Parts: sequence; C-alpha cells; structure tokens
Amino acid sequence: MVAFLVPHTQPTANMGLRYNSASSAISLSEVRFAWRPESAPVLDISRLEIESGQHIFVAGPSGSGKSSLLGLLAGVSVPQAGQIRLLGQRLEKMGGSERDRFRADHMGVIFQMFNLIPYLTVVENVTLPCRFSRRRYEQAHSNGGLTVEAVRLLSRLGISDPLLNRPVTELSVGQQQRVAAARALIGSPEIVIADEPTSALDADHRHDFLQLLFEECRNAQSTLVFVSHDTSLSHLFDQTVALSKINRAGSAISMDARRDS
Amino acid sequence: MAIFTLSIKSLRNRKFTVALTIASIALSVMLLLGVERIRSEAQNSFTNTISGTDLIVGARTSPVQLLLASVFGLGNVSNTIDWESYEAIADHPGIAWTIPISLGDSHAGFRVMGTTGAFLDHFQYGRKQGLSMHKGPWSNAENEAVLGAAVAEKLDYRVGSGIVVAHGAGEVSFIEHDAHPFHVAGILARTGTPVDRTVFVSLEGIDAIHAGMDPAHDHGHDPLSVHTTTDPHHAGEGHGAGHHGVINEDHIGHEATAITAFYVGLKSRSAALSVQRMVNEYTGEPLTAILPAVALQELWTIVGVIEKTLLAVSGFVVLVGLSGMLVAIMTGLNERRREMAILRSVGARPLHVLSLIVGEAGLVTLMGIVTGIGLLFGLLVLGQPLIASRFGLLIGITGFSVHEMLLMGIVCVSGVLIGVIPGVRIYRHSLADGLTVRV
Repeated sequence: MVAFLVPHTQPTANMGLRYNSASSAISLSEVRFAWRPESAPVLDISRLEIESGQHIFVAGPSGSGKSSLLGLLAGVSVPQAGQIRLLGQRLEKMGGSERDRFRADHMGVIFQMFNLIPYLTVVENVTLPCRFSRRRYEQAHSNGGLTVEAVRLLSRLGISDPLLNRPVTELSVGQQQRVAAARALIGSPEIVIADEPTSALDADHRHDFLQLLFEECRNAQSTLVFVSHDTSLSHLFDQTVALSKINRAGSAISMDARRDS
Repeated sequence: MAIFTLSIKSLRNRKFTVALTIASIALSVMLLLGVERIRSEAQNSFTNTISGTDLIVGARTSPVQLLLASVFGLGNVSNTIDWESYEAIADHPGIAWTIPISLGDSHAGFRVMGTTGAFLDHFQYGRKQGLSMHKGPWSNAENEAVLGAAVAEKLDYRVGSGIVVAHGAGEVSFIEHDAHPFHVAGILARTGTPVDRTVFVSLEGIDAIHAGMDPAHDHGHDPLSVHTTTDPHHAGEGHGAGHHGVINEDHIGHEATAITAFYVGLKSRSAALSVQRMVNEYTGEPLTAILPAVALQELWTIVGVIEKTLLAVSGFVVLVGLSGMLVAIMTGLNERRREMAILRSVGARPLHVLSLIVGEAGLVTLMGIVTGIGLLFGLLVLGQPLIASRFGLLIGITGFSVHEMLLMGIVCVSGVLIGVIPGVRIYRHSLADGLTVRV
C-alpha cells in the first residue's frame, strides 16, 4: 500500500516520482525498521510524504509502530532499509552525532507528559534547545534575545509572569505542556513533532492547547507532525495519516505491539 | 559548557544527598591528607633529629640500637665506653669535636643525659640548626641541670626549681637519688626533637648521683637481680641494660669514668668512613661507630612499613567515600532516564548524557576534596598545638607538597572514573530509549 500524502491545495504537477522537492519537509520511501536487525520489522512504510508547513495528524493506536516512526523521524533510530529525507537531507546516511545535530537544529519535540527538566526554571527549560543548537540560538537571539524570545513564546501560550519564576514541578500539567510547546518552538525549527501532547489534558484544555500550538507553528512556519491515537482531534489538522494503513508491518506483527506500545 | 552548567543545576536540585556525598568524600580526603601530612612530618622530624654529627660511637652493638639509645633515648645500650678509650679516639687528628653522653637515669619519665658544654656548642638538628637557651645559662656544675623545652613545660619547672633524678629509664622508679638533688640552671629553646624531652646534667653530676650508692641499696631497687652480693661492678651490669653502668667506687673525685656514647664531628666529612673504620678496629675495647644519616635511613625503612600501611588504609577510606557517591548516583539513575530523553530530544548527544553524569561525579569529588582540605586545615589550626605538645610533632600549616597534590589528583581522577560507570549505563539507556521512555 502506498500512502502518498499530498495536501489538497497542492497542484498535481508536483506528484512526480521523486520526492525531493523543496516543499517536502518529510519524505519516507521504502522504509523498513526493526528494533533489532534479526527480529521482524515493526515498521514497513512504502511511502510517506509530508508537505512543508502542514499540520499533519498521524493516527496511531497501540502497536501501529508509532514510537518507531517517531524515533526514525527524530533521527534517534535508523532504518534497516529505505530512505528518510528531512528538509531534503538523507537522515539515514548521517552519522549519529550528525543526526543529533540535525535534530537540535531543525526539530522541536513535545512529549506526552513529563516534558520539563525539574531542576531548570521555566525559562531555562524553554531555552534548553538553544544550548545544543547554534542555529536555534542565533534564531532566538535575532528575535530579541533568548530570554525575551522565551518569555514572548510563553506569554503567547498563556504562561506569564508569576508562573515564570515558579519551579516547573509546581505547574499544572496543562501549563507544563504549554511550556514544552514553547521549548519545541523556540528558535523556529522547521519541524515540530508532538507525541500525544494533549492526552493528559481534559477536552477544553486540549482544544485550547491545539489552537495555540497551531498558531505558533504557523508563525514559525513549522511543519507539525502530531501523533495520537485519539482520532477525535484529526479534523483540526490539514491532513490525517492512518499509521495502521501505511505500515505494512503493523497489523501482521502483533507480537511487536508489546515492544512498541 | 552547556552540559557543565546543567550538571551544577542538577546537583543543586539534589542538595541533601549531594551534601551527604560531598561530606563523606571530604572526610575521607581529610583523613588521607592528614595521614599523609603526619607521615611526612614524622619522617621529617625523624630524619631531622640530628644533623651535623658525622659519627656516633658507642660500645659494640647494632647500629640501630645505638642510634635509638643515643639519639632518641629509646631502649638501652648494654655496655659503656671507658673514659680512656673516649679520650684516645677524641684525640684523632681528623676529629673536630666530640660530645660525650651518659644515659640511664630518668626524671619523671624524661631521660636524663649526662654530658658537657660541648652539647650546647656542637649538637645540631634539622638543617644544621644549633641549640639555644630559652632561659638561664647552660651549666656544667655538678648539681645543676638544664631542661629541654618539653620537660620544663610539662612539669612546670622554672629556673631554680629543684629536681630529683631517678635511677632507670621508666616513669615509675623504685629508687630516687634523693641524696643528690639538682637545681634547674637553664631551659633550652624548643627544637621539636628528643632534646626537648631530656634533662641535661654534667657527667660529674651523673657520677655524683651514683657515688653514694652502696651495694645493698643497689640491690634494693632491682628485685630481679640474681646477684647476691659484693661486687658493685657486677651489680651495675646486673640491673642494667643501659645503665651507664659501672660506677667505680674508688673514684670519688666525681670524674667520669665511663660514658654511654659520644657524638663526633669531623674536620672533613670525607674522613667519616676512615674514622669509622678506625673506631671499629679500636683495640682497647669493642666499639661501634655509626653514620647517623645512614642509620636513620635504615631505621626509617623499618618504621616506614607502618606509615605505608596507614596511608593504604586511608586510601581505602577514600575508596569507600567514592563508592558512596557511586551508590548515590546509581540509585537516582532510573528516575533520570526521562530527563535524559528530554535532553536527547533537544539535541543532546549520548556523549552529552554521559558527560553530564561523569561531570556530576567529577564535581562532587572536587567539592569533596576542597571541603576535605578546608576541614583538614581547620583541624590543623585547632590541633596543631596539641600535637606539638603531646607528640613533639610540629605539623606545618603550609601549602601542598607534590606528593599531596598527586594524592588529590588520584582522588579526583578516581572520582571521574567511578562516574563513568553510571555514565555508561545512562549512555546505553539513552541509546535504547531514544525519545520514548516507558517509565
């Protein structure tokens, strides 16, 4: 099965055979991945194309290979076969530290929960990526300085003064997630990956959080890859990809659901 | 640099356990450096006990025994040197000066040394420092004594105090030479050597103490003696390994007839070996001449085993302190996998994660060492007078010796190396976990 995602706004002329066009933020082709080389693959994707600047919902129930896909996109894992092209660069051809640098420079990540480093302040948590990426440091710097940019992002996400100086452990889950979003967005990375960031929030907050996230991604012109099993949110996104449909290994290898829950 | 500031903040977040770990390392480092300092000071003061003296001559015995008796006042030499032999050797043209000494008596646990004014003039210690009077003059008078600094201080004696000398070297003595009390004429300045713990009297004074002793009296203080009677010469030998010994009853002119040993200063140090040979081959009686520096070295190799053991033990204590740190880091490790995944997600490499943990271990060790140094100096400031007065050991509050810095370096490197164990563990975790930690 070929999952070929081209946003409806895109002219059909772009649907060529090769997917290295500049507008493609993420492009997977014939990717096979197993946690261990000798075991059966947990991920087998013929094709996945994500347009730059799009907000994509990846629907992934347990066992669909969600964690594997996130690991591959973030460059933490490498596939046994196939190509992963991010922003036109071949991720699977990079070395480990190159991928780490690529992630630092071009990606923001939001986890399901426990996003924050407990011993850093709110602002320090937000500016953390700038410690590891000169590119994002300079980007944030040109926006008026690290702290200014962090405070600006935080205030747009509804975190303002009294909260800034409080230990991060005293923030509510919703507040923590918004701080995490600010961290993912600082220095305007091209790609934001969110792994069920709303699952710990109640319905109202979930909606608000998503609106804020969309807005900020749009501001930063970031591509948002939002992974969740909760399909009720999918209508808010530009596109939806059902991982269980594009992953040829997903349904067949139910054993691996445990590993990849 | 980014990782380093993270390390500091992470440690600050766990103040309590970190403080405990630092304290345990600090205590062990303090112990290690303290032992090292005492060890080196002990060796120093040991080898500095005597200097400038080229030879020590005594009746035939082992060099170490002669050294212990004549310099440290420990143990005894069983035989004495005839005054004639002493004079014969002292006349040797290569010899610049001699100090005759006569040992075997004590006062309140301090040894009494019979000698002459030559002791003040020629005896040297440390880096060829001579003796000087703290109070009063040196006296060669028969009924006057000169005290070492520690004697005067401990017994609270002043110039003019009267003292009574006991026979034998022990603190408790069965006989005191009441018949011949001494008056304190002077007190020597502190040297940090056994001189401080010595009472000096003249050779004539020593003889005078014993002149009044009759044989019966003599036996009275030595119940173990099997000698039944008569010969006072043998009585002398009977009670006394180490007594300066044979008191010649005929000799009432209070002139020394025999001495325990004498220090020799040569005109030229290069003559030391030939004079030593001359003494060893002296035909009048069997004598031994030792080179103090060589004998001191020989003795230190014996004592040195103890100090090395001490150092090894304190080394193990440091190891225990560092293991405490390892345990503290290890137990917190699982909770920190999430933290590492977050760091990875913002672009930290596995190596960053490793160096975060190793850096923490290094920082804790470093702070432990610094605190330990602080504790040591604090303790030295408080304890220095006590150690000096009790053990005659002046522990300098000085900078660090090369050896001490080496020890601290070893501790520091060990701390970092120990940090590699949890570091590698979290490194592996962070590789396997990637961005998804199932906690």
